Amino acid sequence: MTSPRKQVHLGVHFPGVNSTTVWTEPDSGSQIDFSSFEHLARRAEDARLDFFFLAEGLRLREHKGKVFDLDVVGRPDTLPVLAALAAVTDRIGLAGTINTTFNEPWELARQFATLDVLSGGRAAWNLVTSSDAFTGANFRRGGYLAHADRYARAGEVVEVARALWDSWDDDAVLADAATGEFLRPGAVRRVEHHGAHADVEGTFTTPRGPQGHPVLFQAGDSAQGRDFAAQTADVVFSMHSTFDAGRTFYDDVKGRLPALGRARDSLKILPAVTVVLGDSADDAEERARVIRRQQVSGPGAIAFVEQVWGRDLTSYDPDGPLPLVDPDVEGASITRGRVRHVADPRPVVAQWRDLAAANGWSIRDLVIAVTTRGGFVGTPAHVADEIDRYVQQDASDGFILVPHLTPHGLDDVLGTVVPLLQERGSFRTEYEGATLRDHLGLAHPDAIASAERAIAG
Amino acid sequence: MSPQTPPHTTASTPLRTATTLARQLGAPGPGTSIHLGADLTDAGAHPAAWRTSGSQGAQLFDPERLDALVATAQRGLLDLVAFDDAFSLQPHARGVRGRLDAALVAARLAPRSSGIGLVATIDTTHTEPFHVSKALATIDHVSRGRAAWQVSWSTDEAAASAFRREPAQDRADAIAEADEATDVVGRLWDSWEDDAEIRDAATGRFVDRDKLHHVDHEGIRFAVKGPSITPRPPQGRPPVVVRASDDASIDLAGRRADVVRVHATTPDEARDARAAVLDAARRAGRDPRDVRVLVDAFVVLADDDAAARARLDLLQDLQGVEWETGSLTHVGTPARLAATIAGWSEVGATDGFHLRPASLSTDLTLVVDRVVPALQAAGVFRTSYPGTTLRETLGLARPVNVYAASA
Repeated sequence: MTSPRKQVHLGVHFPGVNSTTVWTEPDSGSQIDFSSFEHLARRAEDARLDFFFLAEGLRLREHKGKVFDLDVVGRPDTLPVLAALAAVTDRIGLAGTINTTFNEPWELARQFATLDVLSGGRAAWNLVTSSDAFTGANFRRGGYLAHADRYARAGEVVEVARALWDSWDDDAVLADAATGEFLRPGAVRRVEHHGAHADVEGTFTTPRGPQGHPVLFQAGDSAQGRDFAAQTADVVFSMHSTFDAGRTFYDDVKGRLPALGRARDSLKILPAVTVVLGDSADDAEERARVIRRQQVSGPGAIAFVEQVWGRDLTSYDPDGPLPLVDPDVEGASITRGRVRHVADPRPVVAQWRDLAAANGWSIRDLVIAVTTRGGFVGTPAHVADEIDRYVQQDASDGFILVPHLTPHGLDDVLGTVVPLLQERGSFRTEYEGATLRDHLGLAHPDAIASAERAIAG
Repeated sequence: MSPQTPPHTTASTPLRTATTLARQLGAPGPGTSIHLGADLTDAGAHPAAWRTSGSQGAQLFDPERLDALVATAQRGLLDLVAFDDAFSLQPHARGVRGRLDAALVAARLAPRSSGIGLVATIDTTHTEPFHVSKALATIDHVSRGRAAWQVSWSTDEAAASAFRREPAQDRADAIAEADEATDVVGRLWDSWEDDAEIRDAATGRFVDRDKLHHVDHEGIRFAVKGPSITPRPPQGRPPVVVRASDDASIDLAGRRADVVRVHATTPDEARDARAAVLDAARRAGRDPRDVRVLVDAFVVLADDDAAARARLDLLQDLQGVEWETGSLTHVGTPARLAATIAGWSEVGATDGFHLRPASLSTDLTLVVDRVVPALQAAGVFRTSYPGTTLRETLGLARPVNVYAASA
């Protein structure tokens, strides 16, 4: 090799509270026992991955006015699990989703500073913002945030959090027993911010973590989301797509950076992806088909089409044809707490009817077809090739691996695909630094700030 | 207390008497042990503790230091260790300044410990009850049943201006809100019945949704819908710890607390404080046997009384200003502290003590290596943990789920 290969970055996603996660398998483990989290984090660290990722959802999803019971239900609080994982791992990054809508910057800043201190610089925050009144009903402040204000809220919360982290110098704790000065004079400064979404004044409580600022993830692929990521984030958590669509997205987001004074490699683009392995291409395809049918149960398929039809369809056979009844356009959304809703169901229903008629699909066949997100399916060598191709040819900087089983679902990928990436020099064989910023090749915020000052000066 | 008037142990029953009494009553078996907690905040309960040798003042926020302290307390079979917290920076110029989030500290300490309870202080004035509930439930899950919540509230402008949702509350309002928040947090823990998860592959149902409950709280101060996103914690409800010092906080403790910390300097004061707490529990319709009352005790230990007094004098000189312990103060030998603990417990003045070691690096170690063995020899303190959860250690039953009970 004449020039060093671009390095792949990989995270593991703890199995989600959604239909991707199959719980009906006999070896499907607990979604809440700490041993499940520990297993995945330790396996990922053994394979030298960049980070472990845990998502959040602040209200149990409901369907037809009752808790949706067909997927995994129940999850822990994100940050205490990450703090506990810090005790049983040494190097792997610890990333989690935390909503800015139902938290104040002061408490978020101290929680992430604490996690960064307790983990030796391995904290990451996937920042999401919700204007969802359904979720707001669990909180004293309620669903107060207007949809249009989501990114304003997110931006202001990050701005204040960063000011709070920066209000303690790295060497603020002096602990001079002789003079009795615990803090270095002048090393901790008051912060004052009076804005539309945060009103904060005072001296922050918590020492700065080794990373200065925890790594900031941003998900969301709208134009506004892309702008926000380019301005603010270190990592974009995107959805898996085709190679070509991935390159287009990658170019678009990275193309926004130079105008903001940021280097192209200061923002990593990491799509979430599922992987199904097999001994041969056919074997892997067959396994993927079986998994898709496990992910879309009969009742699950009915519940899915009910979301679009807006009415009860439980009298229909999931293995029979699509309902002839028309969707209830006026009816309120019958599923609440999901990420996306269908605005007008009629064109969707028309399209689905055409698809089902053309292919002879049942309800369940259709749901399997329209909810399949692709992902990598094949032999370990093929999947390693694909991951490396996406990264070397700038369709991504790596991937967040999403398993379908708890907690063993990625054991095979970590055990077979990662070594192949290591053999070809695309993935580290040892951690080179201590912090998640080191793993991701992201500079410390103070280095970025002084470079900006140098350019400006 | 001032440096000029070094304090003495305010009461002590000779250990021999306690031992005799214990023998007369029959040696306590599992569950009848006295209860001992230890405060692991900062470098110790004395604000100048960080300045003394061995206190690792510069490593105060290192998790390995905290791991070692918990391991020491666990070696001594203590019931629990507690971490203070607040949203404002400590104002005193010469003490420790800086805090880590206590809930995350407790979570971080859980995987490397066993047996010992981990008590996180969480404020109810500036937090969301929903977050508090799932944080404690999660600490209970990651510790497999060893979490507890020390309820705190804030009335200071410094904390209020960090949030600015509302001006600082007065004490009565803040305690009333703590009461409401504690109620809601408990019901959120119960919002999942223990057998809600069914994993019924035949019907495709992961949970029995009739066993997940909206809490539908609509109070004066806030509304919370529920259910929790987190399954019921292993202990059902992690124990709630309340510091009771006046009518309002005693009332709160009686209504909501499993463990109550009180101030007393004599066995009679302790007995009165305990009676007031248990009366408050009765008034709230609870069985007073479900409450453990612990006396706060600030301790400075050394091989002889003069050496202990010298240690305290040094701390007071370093601090330079008058500093009050606020409760029972023991400055003396481990043997005499063991006699006090055994004596007060034996006469029914208290269920145990929440020890506040002046300096963790010195006094916690002496508690574990000298005081605990003396209490074990006297037959008043456990020689092993009776189970795996904090409730088992405290001899408290796993609470019945309020939603299951009403079904």
